[in-house]
Parts: sequence; C-alpha cells; structure tokens
Amino acid sequence: MISYIVRRIAYAVPILIGVNIITFVLFFVVNSPDDMARLQLGERRVTQEAIDKWKQDRGYDRPLIWNTSAAGVQKFSDTIFFTNSVRLFLFDFGQSDSGRDIGYDISQRMWPSLAIALPVFSVGLLLTITLALIVAFFRGSYVDTWAVVLCVAMMSISSLFYIIGGQYLIGKLLHLVPISGFDTGLASAKFIVLPVIVGVIGGLGSGIRWYRTIFLEEINKDYVRTARAKGLSESAVLYVHVLRNALIPILTGVVVVLPMLFMGSLITEAFFGIPGLGSYTIDAIQRQDFAIVRSMVFLGSFLYIIGLLLTDLSYTVVDPRVRLQ
Amino acid sequence: MRFTLFATDALFFSLIFVAIGYFVYASKREHLRAPWREVTKNSLAMAAATVLASFLIIAILDSIHFFPRLEQVDGDQGQVHYASEVISMFDLLAGPVREQVEKTYSAPFAIHAFSKETIELEDGSSVRDYPRLQYGGAHLTDVRERAPDVTRRALGGVIGALIAWFCGVSMMLIWVGRKTACGYRAHLFAMLRNENRGPARTLLVATASIAVVIGVCAALAPYYHIFGTDKVGTDVLYQSLKSIRTGLIIGTLTTLVMLPFAILLGVSAGYFRGWIDDVIQYLYTTLSSIPGVLLIASAALLLEVYMSKHADEFTSLVARADLRLLALCVILGITSWTGLCRLLRGETMKLREIDFVEAARAFGVGHTTIIVRHMVPNIMHIVMISIVLDFSGLVLAEAVLSYINIGVDPSMESWGNMINSARLELAREPIVWWSLLAALAFMFVLVLAANLFADAVRDAFDPRLRVIS
Repeated sequence: MISYIVRRIAYAVPILIGVNIITFVLFFVVNSPDDMARLQLGERRVTQEAIDKWKQDRGYDRPLIWNTSAAGVQKFSDTIFFTNSVRLFLFDFGQSDSGRDIGYDISQRMWPSLAIALPVFSVGLLLTITLALIVAFFRGSYVDTWAVVLCVAMMSISSLFYIIGGQYLIGKLLHLVPISGFDTGLASAKFIVLPVIVGVIGGLGSGIRWYRTIFLEEINKDYVRTARAKGLSESAVLYVHVLRNALIPILTGVVVVLPMLFMGSLITEAFFGIPGLGSYTIDAIQRQDFAIVRSMVFLGSFLYIIGLLLTDLSYTVVDPRVRLQ
Repeated sequence: MRFTLFATDALFFSLIFVAIGYFVYASKREHLRAPWREVTKNSLAMAAATVLASFLIIAILDSIHFFPRLEQVDGDQGQVHYASEVISMFDLLAGPVREQVEKTYSAPFAIHAFSKETIELEDGSSVRDYPRLQYGGAHLTDVRERAPDVTRRALGGVIGALIAWFCGVSMMLIWVGRKTACGYRAHLFAMLRNENRGPARTLLVATASIAVVIGVCAALAPYYHIFGTDKVGTDVLYQSLKSIRTGLIIGTLTTLVMLPFAILLGVSAGYFRGWIDDVIQYLYTTLSSIPGVLLIASAALLLEVYMSKHADEFTSLVARADLRLLALCVILGITSWTGLCRLLRGETMKLREIDFVEAARAFGVGHTTIIVRHMVPNIMHIVMISIVLDFSGLVLAEAVLSYINIGVDPSMESWGNMINSARLELAREPIVWWSLLAALAFMFVLVLAANLFADAVRDAFDPRLRVIS
C-alpha cells in the first residue's frame, strides 16, 4: 500500500513539472516581461525606464532560463524560471504584481471559499443521491419521464440565471438574507445561506440525471435479479443492494473534486462578494495580475493531482476487487 | 455589395459543408443510416432539431458579411463606393430594427423613454416628463391605442405566418406525392392518422409554432421594441438574434478545433501503446490537470497582450473581435480535447484486440490502413456523441467566460456580454430586466433544444445503451 502511494506521488511529480513548464512558457516566453509591463503600465506612452523599473521591482529583469553572467549554481538559480517557477514547488508563491504576499493571501482567503464550497458539496450530494434514488424507484413511469425532462430543463438554464434569480428573489424581494458580502465567524452564516442554496439548486439537474443513470446501470445487474428472486421488496433492493454498490462509482467520481473545494467557485464568489480564492482569481484576471494567475494555476493543478491520487486510493478502499498494481 | 469573409465565417461554412458531406455519405450506408433513422423517430428530438435548424439559419445568414454599396453621388460617374462598415445578410433582413436606435433604455413595448428628461413645449416652457421614443410606437398618438394596435398587428402576423406555413406544407406534400407516385392525399391522411408513427405531426406543430413566432416578431418589430432597448438604445431583440451566431460558432468551431487532436492522439495512443501511449497520456493528464477556467483566463490574458502589441495589424474593430472569437474557440478546444482523447484511447485499446484487426494485421495490412479503415470508423459514434453533448456546455460556458471578461470581445453581440452589462442594470430602480431576461431566454431555448437533440443522438448511437434497453 505504502509503496503504491509513493509510486503514485512519484508519478505526479512529472505532471506538476509539466504544468509548471506550460505556465512558464505561456507567461514568460510567449509574452516577454516587457509586454506585461507595458500592459500594466498602460500601452504605448510608457518609457523604457518605467518598464525596466517595473521589471526590476518584480524580479523580471533576470534572464529567462540560463544566466550567463552569474557563476556556479547561480547560473541556474538567478533566472526568472528558477525564481518564479521552481519556487512554486515549495509553495513559495512570492509577491503579486501589485506587491502583496500571495501565500499569505491564499491562506487567508481559503476559509471563506471552503465555507461556501463544503456545504454546497455535501448538501448537494445528499440531496441529488436521494432524489436520484426516488427517480430510479419510479423508473419507466411518468414520474421518471417528467423528472428527466425537468432535469434536462434545469441543466439548460445558465448558472448565471440561478445566481441572479436567487439574489433577486430571496435577497431583494423577500429580504431574507443580504444579497452579498461576508463576515467573520458565526456572523457569516447569513451570508453563506444564499450562495449555498443557489449552488445546490444549480447542480441538481445534471446531478440527478447522472446518478440516475448510475443507479439504472446497477439495477440491470445480475445480483439485483437475485435479490428480487429471493423475495426482497423493491425498496429493500434499492436502498440496501443497489445503493451500496452504486456508491462505488459515485464515491470515486466525487473524491476527485474534494481537494478542489479549496479553490472555491469563481462565479459564485464574484457575485456574492465572498472574499475567497475564486474571487481572488477573478480579481487577478481582471487586474491582469500575472503572478497571481500563475500561482492559482499551479495550486489548482496540484489540488487536482491530489484528487486523482485520492480517487485511486478510494477505489481500493471501497472495492476490494480492485488490486493495487 | 462587396462580400468579405472573416476567419470564423470561413470555418463555419466549411464545417457546414463537412456536415452536409457527412450526411450524404451516411445516407448511402445502412449502418450509419440506422441510428439516424432512430433519431428521426424520436418526436421530441425532431422538435428540438427544428428549433436548432431555425437558429442555424439565422447564424448562417449572419455569417454572410459584406460591405453595402453606397448611394451614387452625382459627379463621380461609374465610381462605385462601399460603406466602411461591414454588415451581414441578417442585418439586411433586420433592416429597420437595426437602424431604429433610441437614446437609451426603454421597456418592452414602451412608447415613452425609461428616464425623465426636460422637454421643451411649443409655447416655450419646459417640463420634466418621460419623452416619447423616436421609433418605438411612434405611429401612435396615445398610450391607450397601444394594446389594440399590438393585438391587431400580432394577429396579422399569426395569420400571415399560418398562411405561409400552410403553403409550405402543401407544396411539400405535393412534392412528396409526385415523387412517390401515390398522390399527396394518401400522404396527408397517413400523416393525420399518424400511421407511419414518425415525427410528422410533431414536426408540423413545431414548424407551425416557429412560423408563428417569426410572424409575430416580423409584424411587431418594425413598430415596437419587443424586448425593449439597452443602454445605448439598440433593440434587445436584434441583439439577442445577433448573439445566436456567436453562440453557435463557439459551440461548433471549438469541436472542429479539438477533433483532429483528439482523434489522432487518442487513436495512436490506444493503437501503438508503448512509449507513444506514455507520452500522449502524460500530455493529456498534464493539460487536464490545469483547471480549465484558469487556463482559458491565462490564454485570454496573453491574447490581450498580443493584441495590444500588434494593434495595427487589425484593419477594423470587427476583424479584431472576430479574431478574438476564433482564438477563444481555439483555447476552449485545447482545454477540452483531453476528455474525448481519453475515451478514444480506451475504445481503440479494446478494438485492437478484436479479431478483424488481428486478421488485417496477419494479412500484412499497414498501420495507417488499419487505423483509417478499421479503427476510425469504429470510434466515430463516440466522436458523434461527444460533439452533440459538448455543444450545450460550450454555449453555457461562453456566457460565464464573457461575464468574467475573458470571453468574446466586448464589442461583439453575445448573450454573455448582454448578461454582463445587465449587472449594473439590475441595481437600478426600477430595474432594467429585459436585456438580461432576453439573453437568458434565448440561451435557454438553444441549450434545451441542443440537450434534447443530444440525448436522442446518444441513445441512438451508443451501442451499450441499446443492449441495456
């Protein structure tokens, strides 16, 4: 088991290196730091001195990969690639283009993101599985047909509509909760409710449909026929046998998003004014802060790879037939 | 007029030709015709297809761009001048709706402006009141005339549409009757009794409803702003219709961009195995581990830099916006080929162990021939399913991306941009809801139709589902 985990982690390293190289190429080779400086400082009228100063402040005045003017190890370490990309592996995100410490910002903004994403995830999962089971129970009947049509209709509505509609209905018309904002501690509860409701409802359509197909696939298997042949009631078959077995694909599909919950949701956070990582990223995109976007790309990929690792491990935990190779 | 072809137009048309070519090819082969026949039997899917077809027609009309010829000026004989602004065939058809620009917001069917202004009266004094719109309901003298006028015009539109629809259907019936030599009456009765169990009745209802919608819009749009006007006074209905092209182009061109990568890499990874497999697997795992939105955002940032650096290469704002749309399709394609690639790799791995491939290899058939003749045709159903399934997701993604300013160019009509600009309008009192609602409604109709159609295609093409049911 341990050797398997170690091997998997070793397999993740080249992928992270690849991600790193891609972002490096995108941000520093395709576009030189001069271009970034010009974009940040404002187009054409900017002088070369200002560009040089901007680059020097952020350490972008070094050579790209190989510093010929330095000596020894410095040849490699005193470069943009080393100072901006290799350091990411140590989770040293450095400074944003506007001079703030990215690592500190991330550690602060992680928790509001989690406060929204975790309830959306858990409540949403429970609700979709329950509803999907009910729909699967009525399979082939009118309830099933109309539930699927409803799901398709719900999937076809833009997520922006759920957010705007929720804000308008609950926040503006009914005055139940504030439309947007955030607070610390328990006082944040009233700000969390609305994004969570909107997030859960927005995911219902596709979720129910997806889990329904999983359940239906299980229902067609031999062991279910055996269970029915034993004389078990339909509900016992569904809730005991089918649910337990369907949990394998559900669980393994779900585990991969677990680490990504830290990243938060871009759109939701931007709309509800939540100071999480999602709105952090959006702000950075709109302010064209390359350092933050680069860090978030790396962090996101890292979390995704952790998710893949957890998925593989969860297979072996829930399904004893899967052997580690 | 002088025609001009933007990059996205060219690709869009070539895609349509490829699609037509595919249908001609498929109609001659029973194994490809059978699943499509299955799709045509599904009446819900056919209704959806009718809606999609009407959207497609608008998008095609909107993709034929040209510089209109200007009026002859006395003095320079024989010299033909063209306008500097590119318009499309659709703009030409929309004619008055495009040109009737108000000053600023106005509600649907309004005849007065949205905000108060100081109006000079004839006797010299001035009052603050809602001024009349320049075009919306300009032929009315009083707001009380509006309801009967709207009803009358709408009714006229409905009747006109139904007559046109009836003529169309009769001509179709007569044509079919001539062709099959058993008379149109037999076909008519067969259809009314629903004898062939086909989607004929659904199709009739669907085309009739679309005709009615078009008729009503055509009857009312020149006299009223059906969906109101936006901040700069453009008709919202016109904007939403123009956005159809943007949505369809993103939904289809993205797939076109990613298909070659996905098929080539997926099939060769599954077929050759070994180090090729390792490299390709590494490639797509790496790319797919970068969160899609962030990759798109970084690419969009870089595009911004590129465009500001090469600002003089773009002849016009429209050309610039068009290039940005194409770039967005490419970026979306690069982020979305990995899923299909993984699927194709798995399927090819299964296929290469099957006897007919082994037989081909034993006969000494080369790798290229095996891949082209035996592998690719057998994975096409997966490709087909993923094309139709991806479409709706891409249309929805466009709105979200435009909302965070990394989507299409702000000057281009798109539902995302409409929603984006509605952000501030919602905070106004009374709120400006029409632009937002129109964008969401159009998007909903397109995506719902695409989803329903995609489901039918998937059910018909997926052999695994056929076994289960």
